This record gives sequence, C-alpha cells and structure tokens, in this order.
Amino acid sequence: MSNISNTHERAGGNLTAQALREGLFAGLVALGLFVLFVGLETTQNIRNELVLNQRWGLLAIFVIVAAVGRFLSVAYLRPWAAARKAAAAAKPVEGEESFFKRNFSKIAIVALIFYPPIMVMLFGVQGSLKWVDNFGIQILIYVMLAWGLNIVVGLAGLLDLGYVAFYAVGAYSYALLSQQFGFSFWILLPLAGILAAFWGMILGFPVLRLKGDYLAIVTLAFGEIIRLVLINWTEVTRGTFGVSGIPKASVFGIWSFDVSAPNNFAKAFDLPMSSAYYKIFLFYLILALALLTAYVTIRLRRMPIGRAWEALREDEIACRSLGINTVTTKLTAFSIGAMFGGFAGSFFAVRQGFVSPESFVFLESAIILAIVVLGGMGSLVGIAVAAAVMVGGTELLREMTFLKQIFGPDFTPELYRMLIFGLAMVTVMVWKPRGFVGSREPTAFLRERKAVSGSFTKEGHG
Amino acid sequence: MSDTLLSVQGVQTYYGNIRALAGVDVEVKKGEIVSLIGANGAGKSTLMMTICGSPQARTGTVTFDGEDITRLPTHLIARRRIAQSPEGRRIFPRMTVYENLQMGASLDNLKYFNEDVEKIFTLFPRLKERQGQRGGTLSGGEQQMLSIGRALMARPKLLLLDEPSLGLAPLIVKGIFDAIKKLNQNEGLTVFLVEQNAFAALKLSDRAYVMVNGQVTMSGSGKELLANPEVRAAYLEGGRH
Repeated sequence: MSNISNTHERAGGNLTAQALREGLFAGLVALGLFVLFVGLETTQNIRNELVLNQRWGLLAIFVIVAAVGRFLSVAYLRPWAAARKAAAAAKPVEGEESFFKRNFSKIAIVALIFYPPIMVMLFGVQGSLKWVDNFGIQILIYVMLAWGLNIVVGLAGLLDLGYVAFYAVGAYSYALLSQQFGFSFWILLPLAGILAAFWGMILGFPVLRLKGDYLAIVTLAFGEIIRLVLINWTEVTRGTFGVSGIPKASVFGIWSFDVSAPNNFAKAFDLPMSSAYYKIFLFYLILALALLTAYVTIRLRRMPIGRAWEALREDEIACRSLGINTVTTKLTAFSIGAMFGGFAGSFFAVRQGFVSPESFVFLESAIILAIVVLGGMGSLVGIAVAAAVMVGGTELLREMTFLKQIFGPDFTPELYRMLIFGLAMVTVMVWKPRGFVGSREPTAFLRERKAVSGSFTKEGHG
Repeated sequence: MSDTLLSVQGVQTYYGNIRALAGVDVEVKKGEIVSLIGANGAGKSTLMMTICGSPQARTGTVTFDGEDITRLPTHLIARRRIAQSPEGRRIFPRMTVYENLQMGASLDNLKYFNEDVEKIFTLFPRLKERQGQRGGTLSGGEQQMLSIGRALMARPKLLLLDEPSLGLAPLIVKGIFDAIKKLNQNEGLTVFLVEQNAFAALKLSDRAYVMVNGQVTMSGSGKELLANPEVRAAYLEGGRH
C-alpha cells in the first residue's frame, strides 16, 4: 500500500505541471481555432460597406474558458473520477436499492400532481403561469411524444424519423374538425388518435420490408410529405398562415374557459379572472394523457403483442419461425405509436389555439428521437428524465440573464440551445452509451423481479 | 404412406439466379430422427429454410401432414407446428431465458406454459439455473439448449434442428444429442436434423441423407451410411477427432 501512495504523491506534483501544460496548449488551440471565427466579425453598415469588427474581449473569454476548463479537467476532474471508480470497484455490490430509487416513479407522479398548487402558492396565480405552462406542460408534451415514439423505436426497434407527422395529423385533425364542425375536444381527442393511427398504418404498409437505415429514410420522407401537404393544400389548411382561433377545451363540458361563457370556470368558483386556471387544467390533462401512454405501454409489454414487439426488435427471422406474424406486429407498433402522437397533437392544438406547419419540422422529430435515445430505449423513467433535462434545460436557458453580464448585452442564451443540446447528447453518450436507464426490466419472472444490466450487449443492438 | 409427416418433392430453390437446391426429395416419417449431412455450401440449411418458406421453393412441393405448405408464409408454416432451432441459434439476446421460452409458447398463448416449461427445465437443468439471466449472456452450449427449448415450447409435431453442434465442445454436443434422443424415445418427437458433425448425427439418426451441390446423392439408415466407405472418406475420417 505504501508504495502506491508514494507514487500517488509524486504524481501529484507532476499532475499540476502536466495540467498547466495541457491547459496552456488547449488555450493555444482555442486561440488558433477561434481567432477568425470569434475575434473578427464582418458586418454591413448603412452604406452597404463591409466593416470589420474586432472582438478581442470575446475571443479572450473563449480562450480562457478552454484553458481553465482543460486545466481543471486534468488536475481535478480526472483524478476524482478515477478515485471514484476505484472506490466503487472496491465496494461490494449493494443488494438493496434506496427507498427513493425503488419508488422513483410513484414519488415523481405524486410530485407532479402537487406541482401546480405549489407553484401557485410560491408565485401567485399569475406568476405560476410561466412555471406551469413553459416548464410543466412543455416538458409533459415531450414526455408523452417520446413515450409514444418509444413504442415504435424502443420496443419494436423500428427507427422512425418522421414521428412528428402523426403529431401534425393529430393537431390538424383537432384544429380543422373543431372549426368546421364545432365538435368538442373530448370527441375529437379520440378521433385525432384514430386518424393518426390510421396514418401510422398507411406509412407502415409500404415500409414493411425495410429495416434500419432504409426505414429511417422513408419515415423521414413521410414526415416531410405531411408537412408539405399542410403547407400547400391551402384551401383546407390555410398553408403557412396556419389555423388560428382553435376553440379551448372544457372540463368535460361542465365548466368552460371562454371568458364570455356563462359556465366560466373562474365565475363558477368566484375566482378572479386569469388564464392560469386554463393552463393548470391543461397541465392535469397532459399529465393524464402521458400517464395513460405509460400505463398502456406497461400493460402492452406484458401482453403477447408487446413481447412480440420486443422479439421483433431482436430477431425478425426467429420471430417468424415462432409463428409470429411480423406484418401485423409491425403495423400495430406503428399505429399505436402514431395514436399517442395524435393525442399529443390534438392537445398541442388546444393549448396553442393555433397550429401551423412550422411547428412540425424535422427538428421536432429529431428532438423526440434524441430524448428516446438519451433516456435509454424502452425505459419509461429514463425517457421522462431525459425529456425533463432536455426540454426543461432549454427553457431554463431563457432564464439565465446573468450570462449577459459575462458575454455582453447582445448575448441571447436561447440561440445556443442546439449547441448545448448537442453537447449534452455527446456527454451522455460518452458516459452512458445506452442512455440514462440502460437496463431492461424483464416482464416475466418466476420469483423475483431483477433488472437485467445493459452492459453486456452491443450498443444499438436492442 | 399415412405415417409420412414431411415430404419434400423435386424442390428447387434459387437465391436470385443462383440455384441452391437442384431438385431435392426428402421424406420424414412420424417418430423418426432423420439427419441431413453434407459439406459447407451443399444446400443443407437452404433446404431447412425452404421447408419454413423463407425462401420459398421455385418448383416442387413441400407437404406436411398431408397439406401442401410450399406457398404458405413462414409464420403460418410455424403455426402448423413445425418448430425450428435455426442456424446460429437466434435466441433473443436482451430477453431473459424465461422470456425466451415464453416467446416459444406464443402459438398457444401460454396455455400450456407452466407444464411445458417444467419439462424443458428437467431436460436442460442448466436453463433452470439461468432462467433470470439474459439470453445474450449465456454460453454457446446454453444458448443452443435455449434455442431447442424455445422451439419445443411450441409443442411441435416436427422439430427442425439446424447445426445444433455448431461451435460447441464435444461433451456439450453429446449432452444435446442425448437430449434429442430422449425426446424422440419418450415423446415420439419427430426430428429433422442438419449437421456437419456427421459421425454424431449418423449415430443418432434412424435414417440419413447425404447432400452434395444442392442434390441428395445418397440415403439410407444411419448405420448403413456410417459403414459406407464413400461417406467415411468424405465426411468421417478427416472430420472425426
């Protein structure tokens, strides 16, 4: 033991020197990389002349961040990580998970149910709007979409890059049918789901024989086709102007949220007028819809069809040799996944009161897919965490006004959203290549339930 | 001929323009163990896959239990109770042993599951020890046991085994072949076996076919073929260790 600690001490001095060296080097590399990109900026002045602006201050910040970051990483972060790894290896494997870990999903659901009243208490009725709407509803929509896509990608293993198409079908179904025929939300919600499921099947038929990369490209094209139809079929969809003035949802027709309606929610309870009640109602609505998605997924996984999906993901030939009809299995995966996309879409329309093709670009599909992959394919909890981190994180960026003091008043943190999104993805994939929750819980067991570690199979293979 | 379970007549199978089977006739009677031996690329596995309808035979017929199944899709052929343990085992690696066995019982919707799973566990006690473990983490021999076990869960009338000895140690091969023999004697299970390991296969089988270049060149009882000098020269002397 004494030998080892001696080498550690000697290494300590070397480490600081090495870290200084590497930090300096990283600073130089950053300088070389950014001197033209960041140090100099060209703009056009009023007379349409090209003007060269020098931004040495900003360049200095970039270089310092790189150098200091490298220094800290080499000098402190790496030894710390190595020590932690060694400690974890030395410690015997824990038999019992902590109470919090075991009951994580139950605790999370209870916390979500009490979330709006707590926000109202903390920030007042009007102040809670931001937290319930921007954070709560926004995140839950993505949780629901990602859980829906999880059925297709995570369980059945069919890579779908055009999932947003079903979201669009659901949103436009509600928007158009409610305006044209005056149907209420509660009639159109299931209808939007059925229509989206129908389109899921339409997409499913031509791609039955495709797998992997080929399937991904075709689904990508399908997503774009739906969007282009929405843009160009102007008589019905009003093209890029979108559909506005979409009616609000009511509490099962008992209370309405229209200001002029006699059964207005706020009037009925003698509350001051505020749009916050509607948002809180929407929060519970999307929470219920998301939980429905999770419940159906959990139930389906234990049923023959869910098991057939998982088997299909692992080996299609083996599936067929066991008498499983791969055609219907794939089609049900597509259509059930699409149905939840449709539900989420009609909710989206009701929340925004306005839909336009701009909301259904490929980037949305990519974000939903990224959430599924980051969370760990097939894991509901992991996906929910990933959605909260990714969507909540980008929303939080808007709040970070203190960054303006560092980078100047023109700095808009939202613009760096995708950069940070990408960075987060790379980080997670380096640390946890199978996503936040990489293990898969077996659905069948004799005596005890035991999560099966994900570390023994190759990435990307189930 | 009422005891004929599977009959393959004049079957030709193509991969694109390449003919893999050039008119094959094979017959398997009820209660028999029949094996098919031959060198690499002789078309043994293709014949196995053709029986299962993937790829389908271009000419000729495959008849099972009196019914023409040549043009049926694979999953419907499987529902006629032809179970296959495919080449390379093809178990579901991320599912547990127990779940893999459940997948095998998909046909009957788990009706006989508890009864059958006990039978598999007595046949292959190793699987019982490892029932909660993921399929992908099993050893090669255990995966083969699982593959056969999964096929048996479908309560097959005919069990197709494609190279069950592939990549396994001789002792484990013996264990697996003993299990097949036991199934055949105790339950009257009909087995059609494709093997490279000609010696073990011929010793086990009632009858056997030898396949060369997509054609059956010889057939006879397992003992006859074992004694046949041509067969010995081609498949036994060099290959037996």
